[in-house]
Amino acid sequence: MNTAATATSTGEAVQFWILGIVAVAGALATVLMKKSVHSALSLAGTMIVLAVFYLANGAYFLGIVQVVVYTGAIMMLFLFVVMLVGVTAADSLKETIRGQRWLAALCALGFGILLIAGIGNASLKEFAGLGRANSGGNVEGLAALIFTKYVFAFEITGALLITAAVGAMVLTHRERTEHAATQRELSERRVRTGRQVPPLPAPGVYARHNAVDVPGLLPDGTPSELTVNPTLRARGQIRDVSGAALQELAALEQRAQEWREHGRSEDAKGVGK
Amino acid sequence: MNPVNYLYLAALLFTIGATGVLIRRNAIVVFMCVELMLNACNLAFVTFSRLHGNLDGQIIAFFTMVVAAAEVVIGLAIIVTIFRSRHSASVDDANLLKL
Amino acid sequence: MENLIGLLVAAPLLGAAVLLCGGRRLDRSGPWVGTLLAAVSFGLGVVLFADMLGRSGEDRTLTTTVFSWVPVGGFRADVGFQLDQLSMTFVLLITGVGTLIHLYSVGYMEHDERRRRFFGYLNLFLAAMLLLVVADNYLLLYVGWEGVGLASYLLIGFWQHKPSAATAAKKAFLVNRVGDMGLSVAIMLMFTTFGTFAFGPVLDGAEAAGEGKLTAIGLMLLLAACGKSAQVPLQSWLGDAMEGPTPVSALIHAATMVTAGVYLITRSGAVFDAAPTAQAAVVTVGAVTLLFGAIVGCAKDDIKKALAGSTMSQIGYMILAAGLGPVGYVFAIMHLVTHGFFKAGLFLGAGSVMHGMNDEVDMRRYGGLRKYMPVTFVTFGLGYLAIIGFPGLSGFFSKDKIIEAAFAKGGTEGWILGGAALLGAGITAFYMTRVMIMTFFGEPRWQPTASDSGSAAGSGAPHPHESPKTMTVPMVILAFGSVFAGGLFSINDTFLKWLEPVTGHAHGNPPVSALTVTAATMVVLVLGVALAWARYGRRPVPVTAPRGSGLTRAARRDLFQDDFNHVVLVRGGEHLTRSLVYVDHTLVDGVVNGTAASVGGLSGRMRRLQNGYARSYAVSMFGGAALLIAATLLMRAV
Repeated sequence: MNTAATATSTGEAVQFWILGIVAVAGALATVLMKKSVHSALSLAGTMIVLAVFYLANGAYFLGIVQVVVYTGAIMMLFLFVVMLVGVTAADSLKETIRGQRWLAALCALGFGILLIAGIGNASLKEFAGLGRANSGGNVEGLAALIFTKYVFAFEITGALLITAAVGAMVLTHRERTEHAATQRELSERRVRTGRQVPPLPAPGVYARHNAVDVPGLLPDGTPSELTVNPTLRARGQIRDVSGAALQELAALEQRAQEWREHGRSEDAKGVGK
Repeated sequence: MNPVNYLYLAALLFTIGATGVLIRRNAIVVFMCVELMLNACNLAFVTFSRLHGNLDGQIIAFFTMVVAAAEVVIGLAIIVTIFRSRHSASVDDANLLKL
Repeated sequence: MENLIGLLVAAPLLGAAVLLCGGRRLDRSGPWVGTLLAAVSFGLGVVLFADMLGRSGEDRTLTTTVFSWVPVGGFRADVGFQLDQLSMTFVLLITGVGTLIHLYSVGYMEHDERRRRFFGYLNLFLAAMLLLVVADNYLLLYVGWEGVGLASYLLIGFWQHKPSAATAAKKAFLVNRVGDMGLSVAIMLMFTTFGTFAFGPVLDGAEAAGEGKLTAIGLMLLLAACGKSAQVPLQSWLGDAMEGPTPVSALIHAATMVTAGVYLITRSGAVFDAAPTAQAAVVTVGAVTLLFGAIVGCAKDDIKKALAGSTMSQIGYMILAAGLGPVGYVFAIMHLVTHGFFKAGLFLGAGSVMHGMNDEVDMRRYGGLRKYMPVTFVTFGLGYLAIIGFPGLSGFFSKDKIIEAAFAKGGTEGWILGGAALLGAGITAFYMTRVMIMTFFGEPRWQPTASDSGSAAGSGAPHPHESPKTMTVPMVILAFGSVFAGGLFSINDTFLKWLEPVTGHAHGNPPVSALTVTAATMVVLVLGVALAWARYGRRPVPVTAPRGSGLTRAARRDLFQDDFNHVVLVRGGEHLTRSLVYVDHTLVDGVVNGTAASVGGLSGRMRRLQNGYARSYAVSMFGGAALLIAATLLMRAV
């Protein structure tokens, strides 16, 4: 395959143009999507396209590794952290640093144009192709290089990986200075302090909601934050059931009542008022 | 078609990734854009490998992947740690590096 | 044999290190360790001396290079030792008298809690002084010189809980620094002139170096000697240095420290011989100091301060002799050695008296002590006879020779110098007789009065008693030295022949015969003693000092040396700094503040770039990368 010295096959050209557009679109989506989970998915798409390109370029091993390691492992790690940090939160794309966006655009434009100009400037009319290099098999060829010429670099990257693993553990590890309270101890403590002996009250689930982020109402009509999961409380993701919202709800119910009593025409009039 | 086109694509992807690093505030997305830049570089390496007819470019791309994996592990751990202490994943919130 | 020279210095140095780092477990044995190592050093000195005697005059000089200290390009400063007859004399004096003083201190400091440290400092003092005299170049000599300064600071301020001692130590250190400046400048001048510091090349090449430069070097060396040897105008520290323990005073005055200046001038004789102006300055300083110290010594009631004045005066004699050139070098060193014996004996005697008198130093509270302290009385008395130049005792031979040499200078100069030396001898006889009479003769005056019953340590009246053996034995040995050293040196001109190969010697031609000089000396001696006896021996000494004449009052205030320093140096310095501060505030600060303000204003604008946002910094990085690509493309295009 691809042994011609100046051009690739037409099939590869078609594939390049179609998938290239997909890759660029994925990259743009990565940058422009509001939700980070969407960005991650777009990036995964781009990476798969790149994997195909690797295959097309004769890098069979890398193509597979790209799918397995990058798209499979690294992107999953990203998604995991996205979930940890909060999947629903949408970023505001409004720029807060004055002039940052203009400068970024200017630099990107200049950089891109110069880079592409540089590539265009280089005389790369002919190419060797990997026919000979891959003749003994791509994986075997890579293995021969890794374990001979690049063996030290290989060993050092091994050390790097171990260091990174230890580093990640050190960074995310939190030292427990006391043993975790058991369920029995927790309940005993609850009884001893006497603040909340029975289980916490359930969140307020209305007819229009089936979500746990709505606080339950106390007999006097005020919302009780105690009913909402502390994690949601900490993130400030409690749905608003303040007095105004409740009044709005009551007004809606009243209008519905009136509508049923007086019919559609009077309702329209009432709205017009 | 000449494989040089892959290089143009790589340059384009790299620039898009760099722009993303500059304009996004969410640390995770910034990090993804960095990964995009690394991938663009890998594409260029693989293409060079084909242009020159030897496998060294692929080896470099391979090492890039390994280093990227290590980087992701540490980077994400840092993001998680920062998120824990500041309840925010915005790179602009960590702005103590000033006079 | 050469290797022993290093050990000579190393033994007390080791003692200092062991005692200062050894901690409390050495508290009990420390004094004996220190004394032992000083004695070891003395033993090595004796071995080297014996070896030296076994060889003929010309090749008695031992040299050895221990290691290369500062090898920079073509320049080398080595740690090397040179032991010739001059050094040998000093080594024996330093280690011998030093060991005796160590031994004496064992008894004297018996009740001091910090005596281990004291002996560490004493050993350090010996080591520094030995390094000073056996160094074979000026740079290493400077190391010893500074070491002596440091050790003297530590020892003078040893009783640091007394503010007066702490102040005296600081004073000694600061005044010494002025002299040290002189030595360092002299060394720098030597380097620019000769390109080396070693004694050999500097002294051999001195003739050819040109008189101007040599005069400069000589004057700087003289300044250094003035600082270390307490000569006018840097004499003010010596009196206050009496705040240290008495063995320290003995060590500083007899064996070490003050003799360093004489050593320096004698060692650098070749420089001074070729620079008559510097030599004239040396003799002037010597003559002035010998009278200055003698006058101060006459008025002091503090026994140690009176002896301090005497030391200043006697060192003045030595400096005067050293300034006379080859005529005087030998006699300067000879007087130095004999003075080392009798002055150490006198100080140890004074310490013994104080020891028995509850640390009372005022001679007006002494009197009649000869009955209570016979050994001290006899040894002190022999030292006294030696210092006034009683015929047959040490001081007679050495001092007489110096007076003779001063007259031999010739012309008006010779008469002035000789006259000063002769007058000094008379005053010496006066003040030493005064000390002797006030301390050991007359009626006892130590009955407690209402005022001092609280000051003397606990009990009322002191109970004078003889000091322990460790204190009296050194005094007896030193007394032997005081009596016989001068005679031994003078028989057949032994000392002259011994030192001549190093210092050279020229016989002067005094305008009057040697016999006349001796006779004149005897006359002034008798006059001085008679006058002192008339004033203090015939009638009782009042316990409180009378007002005295103007000269007495001035001498009690050290002839206004401190007032002079205060008015000229302190006030002058204050005015100078005030005007400098004014210039600094208006001119220098104006320029600096102006620059700072403009930089600050500029930075205030620049700092906006540092907004703390990583993304902003990333933009600049990215822009930089774009520029790099542009530059690369440009370079390719070109």
